[in-house]
Amino acid sequence: MTPDVTDGAVTGMAGTGDRNGARETGKSIDTLAIRDLRLRFRGYTETTTVLHGISMRVAPEQRVALVGESGSGKTVIARAILGLLQLLPGAIVNGDIDFEGQDLTGLTTRAWRRLRGVRMSMIFQDPTSSLNPVFTIGEQFHEVHRRADPAIRRSVSGDRAAAILEEVSITEPDRVLESYPFQLSGGMNQRVMIAMAMANEPALLIADEPGTALDVTVQDQTLRLMRRLVDSHRTSVLFISHNLGVVREFADRVYVIYQGRIVEEGPSAAIFRDPRHAYTQALMAAAPRITGGGIPDVSEDEPAFLAPREVHPPEPTPTGDG
Amino acid sequence: MTDRLLELRSVSRTFHLGTRQVRAVNAVTADVRRGECLAVVGESGSGKSTLANLILGVLPPDPGGEIRLEGEILPHRRQRRHRQAIQLVQQNPLSSLNPKRSIGASIRLALDVHGIGDRQDRPARVGALLEEVGLPADFATRPPAALSGGQRQRVAIARALACESGLVVLDEPTSALDVRVQSRVLALLAQLRAQRGLTYVFITHDLSVVRNIADRILVIEAGRVVEVGDTVNLFESPRHPCTRRLISAVPVIGAEEVAFRERVRGLAEGLQEAAGGTG
Amino acid sequence: MKRALAIIRSSVLSMIGVALVLLVVLSAIFAGVVAPFPDHRGAVVDFTNFNQPPHWPNIMGTDLVGRDLFSRILYAYRTSLVLAVVVLVLAMPTGVIVGLVAGYFDGFRRHALMRLTDVFLSIPPLVLAMSIMGVLEPTLLNGMMAVTVMWWPWYARLVYNITLAEREEGYVLAAEVIGASSLHVMFREILPNCIPAVLTKMALDIGFVILIASSLSFLGLGVQPPTPDLGSMVAEGANYLPDSWWLTVFPGLAILVAVFGFNLLGDALRDILGSDQ
Ligand SMILES: Nc1ncnc2c1ncn2[C@@H]1O[C@H](COP(=O)(O)OP(=O)(O)OP(=O)(O)O)[C@@H](O)[C@H]1O
Ligand SMILES: Nc1ncnc2c1ncn2[C@@H]1O[C@H](COP(=O)(O)OP(=O)(O)OP(=O)(O)O)[C@@H](O)[C@H]1O
Ligand SMILES: [Mg+2]
Ligand SMILES: [Mg+2]
Repeated sequence: MTPDVTDGAVTGMAGTGDRNGARETGKSIDTLAIRDLRLRFRGYTETTTVLHGISMRVAPEQRVALVGESGSGKTVIARAILGLLQLLPGAIVNGDIDFEGQDLTGLTTRAWRRLRGVRMSMIFQDPTSSLNPVFTIGEQFHEVHRRADPAIRRSVSGDRAAAILEEVSITEPDRVLESYPFQLSGGMNQRVMIAMAMANEPALLIADEPGTALDVTVQDQTLRLMRRLVDSHRTSVLFISHNLGVVREFADRVYVIYQGRIVEEGPSAAIFRDPRHAYTQALMAAAPRITGGGIPDVSEDEPAFLAPREVHPPEPTPTGDG
Repeated sequence: MTDRLLELRSVSRTFHLGTRQVRAVNAVTADVRRGECLAVVGESGSGKSTLANLILGVLPPDPGGEIRLEGEILPHRRQRRHRQAIQLVQQNPLSSLNPKRSIGASIRLALDVHGIGDRQDRPARVGALLEEVGLPADFATRPPAALSGGQRQRVAIARALACESGLVVLDEPTSALDVRVQSRVLALLAQLRAQRGLTYVFITHDLSVVRNIADRILVIEAGRVVEVGDTVNLFESPRHPCTRRLISAVPVIGAEEVAFRERVRGLAEGLQEAAGGTG
Repeated sequence: MKRALAIIRSSVLSMIGVALVLLVVLSAIFAGVVAPFPDHRGAVVDFTNFNQPPHWPNIMGTDLVGRDLFSRILYAYRTSLVLAVVVLVLAMPTGVIVGLVAGYFDGFRRHALMRLTDVFLSIPPLVLAMSIMGVLEPTLLNGMMAVTVMWWPWYARLVYNITLAEREEGYVLAAEVIGASSLHVMFREILPNCIPAVLTKMALDIGFVILIASSLSFLGLGVQPPTPDLGSMVAEGANYLPDSWWLTVFPGLAILVAVFGFNLLGDALRDILGSDQ
């Protein structure tokens, strides 16, 4: 692929064409396709390999989860997609990342910056630390809108922000827009974050453990809102989490990652019904159940966890919404 | 002697933020029985950590209430023996261990402060404590940065054990850990409680953890106790809307869990609508 | 690419910093060995060879009474370094203790200490030192005291800010719950976490103390003749500019080398210790 789309005109396809059914058939161009992504970090004495050839796809409008334990490499994948990892001096990144059919590997830093926050955006774990405490929510929305449209007027930005805040069930958007982050609760900030990430109608939303900093009720609410929003805006989502329950509620398709390798992939329902890989099974067995049964016995890591990847066939019928 | 280890009698705590007042803990009355694991659950900001700090005596309560340990009223200025009697395990093991001190030094502090054991024996005791929580004794010389999250939490537990307290307050001890590590730490906590006859006040908002570790549950909302009960009863028939809400928000993975949660959701239905969420 | 360059550049700068600091420190220590005319540090007069431009063996020329400038600069480094070290050894612990106490305790102790600190910080340093020196005899000892008095509040501020943040860390709560004394919490738990920042500031400050001390003696308020001092040498020579340029240029360069070197070293320390956290 030629990286000739490096300037501004990133193949816009916002809202055009009928993308219904793409979620199952995968016939149209994938929003994101990663092939054989490898990552090493150069240390003082040796290099450590963090990703051993990751391949994954996110179809248009699909909600894909990447689930795995701490240190398995989830965040570095997200950072590689956003082009942030490539900026680190010690990181050696290999492999292809295609975004909406465009190869990102040869992209200049500037072109990547133009994609970030516009065609692809990200939500981080802790809402309060990702919002700037010295600007009002309205000012921050304006900043975000300006990434897509540098000439946008403050009033236009304000109207658009208010509209999207209403979509995340914020009842007084105007008051919120005038507030500073610390004047809002954690749950409100979380919703503002989601709305802001969606402000420029991105094709891909990357959510790295959203809401784990909050309690279950807020997390539950956040997930519902996020789901509704990405549905109505037809955004694809890459959802990163170590919580299987959250993944089950949110995702259509699941990739299980262990020590920098994808060990199992398939439709969410299939994986939860019939986990095939030893690691996936261990992960599921380790979760305490709300129906009781005691604290699960957790075995040590086994060699079987490194067994080759299990791939579930696509489900013929669309997965139902919960 | 009663079986009540700790008694809270209309304990309150008010924070003043400029002209505004926040009553983070509001007239809480509760008992902690000797040897039990009492879970304190509630939504974010409901006052769980504030309650923990009141029990630990690191925050003074509003005048009027009282906290009794084995029948004796605890003064706000805790004496050394009061400090020794109640210990804490915090949520974030990264912050709860001093990055500039070895983990051995962090554990040993408790031995030094309370004069536990002979001076010469203390390094050995630190080693024994590390082994009790499933870590090699020679970890003592390592800095916290050289440990994983789960290992750090084990160190924090070892430090709490070092005081030989009967009561341990655990403030979200496993919320920062991932599933497999979380279950290992929970199993360790259960095992230590059985071996040492410890009493736990276990603070969390994760109801699936509570279900598997707690004997009794105290639900708080906006600083007030809204429901107390045996774990099994409370899960079978949660009465208060807040309890139902907490249960129905738990992300689950198994089919029988989904069925159980749907039942509770059914109970909570009307309230879900009012909260502005969607079905 | 840009980052790689930045890293190389910064490490080259650190190398230069280390080299300059070594140069200054070694000159100060071995002044007696290196200096071609060691006795010229005192009140020597040689009217056969005064006010001469650089020539052999006076490679930086001679001053108005015929003393070798190069030798005097080496000894002046000794004066400056001793002064800087003494000042920092007095100011740093004072500031650190004030900062720790004010940061760890709230209420009266914090307010009293921080208001005091702010009062000192609000007076321009040179003005403060000048007024102190105006009251006291202008001797080396009093000079050190004056500079110390204006220096400790910076450490108090620095440590206060770090302590405020560290106090919220879980390890402080853990130590309090165990029942550790306030002294333990301040000095054994919090202080180690302040040390990287304090060390960095000290390295940066040596240069500044040298500069301030030189400014004082330039104004005639610091070190008194015949003790060699860079500031008074510049002041003396300034009257004979531009003809006798060596009288000011070499001591001036010497100040520049010291200040620049310690600054680079401080920056390097900040990078090394900062990324360590
Ligand atoms: N800048 C870096 N330099 C060196 N190693 C790194 C760097 N960033 C990440 N790593 C290593 O890469 C591995 C994967 O890290 P990553 O942050 O992606 O994990 P994660 O799956 O997101 O974990 P968590 O659930 O804890 O967030 C870890 O072993 C980590 O130590
Ligand atoms: N030091 C403080 N100053 C002012 N207000 C405080 C302080 N500490 C807590 N609060 C307020 O008291 C209430 C209860 O806080 P607390 O930290 O006890 O909640 P929590 O139940 O532990 O929540 P979480 O689950 O988020 O940890 C909150 O409204 C909080 O804003
Ligand atoms: Mg991560
Ligand atoms: Mg809390």
